[in-house]
Amino acid sequence: MEQLTQDFLRTKKLPHIWCPGCGNGIVTAALVRAIERTGFDQKDVVIVSGIGCSSRAAGYLNFNTLHTTHGRALAFATGLKMARPELKLFVIMGDGDCSAIGGNHFIHSARRNIDLNAIVVNNHIYGMTGGQHSPLTPTGKKATTAPGGTLEPAFDLLKLARGAGATFGAKGNAAQPRQLEQLIIRAANHKGFSVVEALSPCPIAYGRRNKLGGAVDMLREMKEKSISVERAANMDEAELEDRTINGVLFSDDAPEYAEAYYRSIGKDIG
Amino acid sequence: MAFEIMSGSQAAAVAVQRTGIDLVVAYPITPQTAIVETLANFDARGELGGEFVSVESEYAALACCYGAAAAGARVFTATASHGLAYMHEVIHWCSGARVPVVMANVNRTIGAPWCLDPDQGDSLSQRDTGWMQIYCSGAQEVLDTVMQAYLLSEELLLPCMVVFDGFYISHTYEAVDVPDEDSARAFIGPPSFEAQVKPGSPANLHGLTTGDNQVKLIRNRHEAMLRAPDLFKTINSKFAETFGRSYGVIDSVIPPGAKTVILAAGATAETVRWSLPKLDNTGFIQLRMFRPFPREEICSVLETHGVEKVVVIDRNCSTGMGGIFAQELRSAVYDLNNPPAVQDIILAGGIDLTFEMLESIIKEDKYQGQVEQIWGVDLK
Ligand code: SF4
Repeated sequence: MEQLTQDFLRTKKLPHIWCPGCGNGIVTAALVRAIERTGFDQKDVVIVSGIGCSSRAAGYLNFNTLHTTHGRALAFATGLKMARPELKLFVIMGDGDCSAIGGNHFIHSARRNIDLNAIVVNNHIYGMTGGQHSPLTPTGKKATTAPGGTLEPAFDLLKLARGAGATFGAKGNAAQPRQLEQLIIRAANHKGFSVVEALSPCPIAYGRRNKLGGAVDMLREMKEKSISVERAANMDEAELEDRTINGVLFSDDAPEYAEAYYRSIGKDIG
Repeated sequence: MAFEIMSGSQAAAVAVQRTGIDLVVAYPITPQTAIVETLANFDARGELGGEFVSVESEYAALACCYGAAAAGARVFTATASHGLAYMHEVIHWCSGARVPVVMANVNRTIGAPWCLDPDQGDSLSQRDTGWMQIYCSGAQEVLDTVMQAYLLSEELLLPCMVVFDGFYISHTYEAVDVPDEDSARAFIGPPSFEAQVKPGSPANLHGLTTGDNQVKLIRNRHEAMLRAPDLFKTINSKFAETFGRSYGVIDSVIPPGAKTVILAAGATAETVRWSLPKLDNTGFIQLRMFRPFPREEICSVLETHGVEKVVVIDRNCSTGMGGIFAQELRSAVYDLNNPPAVQDIILAGGIDLTFEMLESIIKEDKYQGQVEQIWGVDLK
């Protein structure tokens, strides 16, 4: 296990650029272990990333990796998937990357239900540029572009995805990396557009400004607030307030786009 | 007035605050982010004087500026590199619609691959969009130029891009003479242009037209822009009266007898300026205004001093041709009776210009005569 995981990393590119206490490393490690568990052939796996702290993961992972432009990772990945439908694509995006500048590609990838695995690392902030609020920053939280707290409501990313047509949505976090790994495996084995929202601490550009303590405090809070889908099913709204529901939130059946396309031209890609 | 230590980015933001801005629209991108962050802090302290909105993309940022300017508001946004490229459609739209917008662009290389160094290819690739472009060589110049850009833009009804190099200017600190709010606002005055969108007076704006009409609009825009150099001079005389300093569309230092001149825009101009005393018999032109291109002003300096060779510092490269400032200069001097030779130093990728590089260009035999193009990397 240890050795194989190393094989999936470009160790020459390490150490990584992430700040101490950043959750990006934990999410990346969960992704690596998940890919390993799926048994996918290393040469068939492609990691596509956009721009931001989390997207730097593409540089450290030893697969076919494509670092693309801000918000557009899904559009690049769509081209790849359509040309080579047998590839296994994991698209790593940050919250700002995916839901602000890339929001359009996100909903259209969902609408097509194309077989891509979107791993959205949600740290509630644009970390790389120093802490601007994103569409996933909770209302009232502070950012350099909202020093008094943002007035804007945040997206519920998974509801957005499902509303747009995605057929798999799961939520995990960096404080529970084994569960996150399992969720990524489920997403990878699901045919269609899969979204895994991974909550991740950014102690530097988000935690500090919002007085959330250090990385350990943020992880602890993440864990304490998290509740499984199964347990949440028996709780009412008041009990669920301020909790994060973790696990597979939806898994639906619908035709996958690349497969439907190839069938329409008389090819079966299975 | 008081001197404050600030970065180029902060200087841009302070200038915007001093103008009595109506709307700032923000989207983060390195190395511009400090500009909008400084403005966000003004806003949080209740000192911005206008509204601050952060949006979902650079495209939205400029579109939002367009909407507000069409309603008569004084607006500002800032971007860099890919952000500017992403705005491209609205960049054209703003000038076509003749709305005054002032935008700071902090130069950074455009990918692929990703690179943060200050290649000027981002702003130069917007050369033909109908925006005025002014390149600054330091934080003081950034502050003063942003203020002046509002007067240019609102008078000519053309958007104006104030450009400076990422990191070398955006992130380095210098002592900046900051005008107090009252004198800055008295100098600029409230927005003087007419709103296109007026409550109670509905109009259909920018709908489909024909080429015959479009050509008239393009010509009007072109002719309006050609007025910019004279207007810039007028604005600067007034600026000098109020604040005691001023700028030209170009600035030049040509020692008597100098037959070689170095032309540069942005931060490299500062390097050349400081290197000049050690480069025998060499003159210097800082290209400040790039659009419209100050052809007359440059030619007049070159002719007056009988300049035989211009060394152009291009922190950019138009693939398949070469440095963009050099191309523009060659075209500008073409009709002169004795056009100078133009030698193009390409620092594409945003590489640094050092004194040693300038020294070898000016002094080493191999770079004399008909050497048209030199790659900066070969000089290191
Ligand atoms: S800024 Fe935040 S997200 Fe980026 S590396 Fe640092 S801790 Fe991680």
